[in-house]
Amino acid sequence: MAQVSRSVVYDWLRHDKKFPHVWCPGCGLGILLGSLVRAFVKSGLTKDQVVLVSGIGCSGRLPVYVDVGSVHTTHGRALTFATGIKLAKPELTVVTVMGDGDAMAIGGNHLIHAARRNLGIAAIIVNNQTYGMTGGQYSPTTPLGAKSATALFGQIEPTFDVSGLCASAGASFVARSTVFHVDQMDRMLGQAIAKAGFSVVEILSPCYTNFGRQNRLGSQIEMMKEYRRLGVTVDRWQKMNDSERAGRFPLGVLVDKDLPTFLDSYRGVCDTAARLRGEGRI
Amino acid sequence: MQKNRARLLQGNEAIVEGALAAGCNFYAGYPITPSSEIMELMSRELPPRGDIFIQMEDEIASIGACIGASLAGRKALTATSGPGFSLMQENLGYACMAEVPLVVVNVMRAGPSTGMPTTAAQGDVQQARWGTHGDHPAIVLCPSTVPECFNLTITAFNHAERFRMPVIILADEMVAHTREKVILPGTEETEVVERRRPTVPPDWYIPYKTDGSLIPRLADLGDGYRYHVTGLTHDERGFPTSRPDEVAPFYARLFEKISRQFAYLDNVKNFMVDDAELLIIAYGCTARAARAAVRLGRERGMKLGLLQIMSLWPFPRRPVTDALTGKRAALVPELNLGQLRREVLRVNDGRTNVLGLSKMDGTMISPDEILNRFREVK
Repeated sequence: MAQVSRSVVYDWLRHDKKFPHVWCPGCGLGILLGSLVRAFVKSGLTKDQVVLVSGIGCSGRLPVYVDVGSVHTTHGRALTFATGIKLAKPELTVVTVMGDGDAMAIGGNHLIHAARRNLGIAAIIVNNQTYGMTGGQYSPTTPLGAKSATALFGQIEPTFDVSGLCASAGASFVARSTVFHVDQMDRMLGQAIAKAGFSVVEILSPCYTNFGRQNRLGSQIEMMKEYRRLGVTVDRWQKMNDSERAGRFPLGVLVDKDLPTFLDSYRGVCDTAARLRGEGRI
Repeated sequence: MQKNRARLLQGNEAIVEGALAAGCNFYAGYPITPSSEIMELMSRELPPRGDIFIQMEDEIASIGACIGASLAGRKALTATSGPGFSLMQENLGYACMAEVPLVVVNVMRAGPSTGMPTTAAQGDVQQARWGTHGDHPAIVLCPSTVPECFNLTITAFNHAERFRMPVIILADEMVAHTREKVILPGTEETEVVERRRPTVPPDWYIPYKTDGSLIPRLADLGDGYRYHVTGLTHDERGFPTSRPDEVAPFYARLFEKISRQFAYLDNVKNFMVDDAELLIIAYGCTARAARAAVRLGRERGMKLGLLQIMSLWPFPRRPVTDALTGKRAALVPELNLGQLRREVLRVNDGRTNVLGLSKMDGTMISPDEILNRFREVK
């Protein structure tokens, strides 16, 4: 997928918007942005067929750089706006980009219900384990013991397993990748976009400025290398015992099933209702 | 084409009929007393038309879905009551900021908090104006009868589309659950406004640039006009900006698009005001008692008149000051501690003595209570 040339990615960016972007050096969001555009192009989509929806935070700034219909919504509510857009125009490819605080904390309710409802939206959750934009407070995915601006003595709350939660809530497709594993990320995003039902891709992405420095995790490069060291394939993960799994995480497709989508079922409702109305029964 | 139909409807049902007559084709909501009939009826009426009904996980999601659907070209409605209306405030501000047409019905019940879910109140008058953070314009309409529920809902959709902003209908439990006869007009008699969409090719479209009307044209998402929508202050192209020379004109336009149209937006009913010595200013369910009080009072020789306010916001300053002028006294009865009286006092400017009559026990204000209050007037 890396064959999609740089000039194509360039063509999908908004050059009348003031580049450079807002992200810090070493942030993974720029890598995700390129990957997302490559996935759109590889899927044969045109710019007019895509709507990007985001919440608030560093990830919320992503859609403004892409030359598609883009909606930068309120904190945690990207999926609710996306639900309205997808229902109003089912032919559109609707993709949401959310951070871990955005999707799992303030927007957690919308996430589980979107997964259960199975409306065809692709949700990208960029997990950097912190609230980056506001200065590094702890998020629902901050690891136990890690320091943050609001956990000076170490995080004491257990973390959410983003992908696990979405899988149990009923999403049709759940995958996890990292901004280090770019080819895999390209592939996962493409699969998520192609899925008829609700799909989730969790992307691990480092926040050097507000998480790495506080926890003395080394340079931006070293933080990236940790993804290579700790990530294992889903196949290998299944063969590992609990002690081998400690501190590591599976990468790849975790759930891929064909469930009835909301829109398929809703079309059935419309047909039934129209028939009953025609017969004068409602 | 549909002909005139006489129907016996509840206020909530008339709101649904009004919404459908205005072209509403998207509903997202969450159940809450005393507004639930609106959602139940929408779940029956929209599917046979092939339009969208969805019950969301909460009121925040409901208004979010409505904003998304409106951006994609739908006429969207959500309905709720106090607690849900409180939850909607942040996204309501988003719709003001991004200029997204949308209608929100708040069937008022006694609050704050859970309050009294099945009794009428009028405590959300100032919340409807100032509930979301930051300065912003607001259009709020208030029916007092079932026919007004129907007509004002059509007006609400037309204002939303014309002015590109959310419009709030403040009904109350009493009006919403009262059954009255209403004549539903034929489709050709109903004026329906559609939003102005761009007529230029996509490459020329500048989403927040306006012509003389100060109201930018709105393209449907996915129609080839690729633009950015944000709750941040934005420039004419829709991109975030905090430059004072771009932000200041943006806010100025947001207000001026409404302030230029104050006269058009004023919506009041005069009931024997012209020769009256004593004036009642009322709205919603309380206006019903006030009408009865005017009739009873006149039978007893009191020269009463009623100015019923249907456009609570922007506050109809001109009609109110005109009505106040030359009266011996004015009374504002309401089911709160004086939320609209505060506005009447603001514009009164020494014209007359403005009395209040507040009630907060879950019951209506009766015509006799209104008449008794006037006894204090010398």
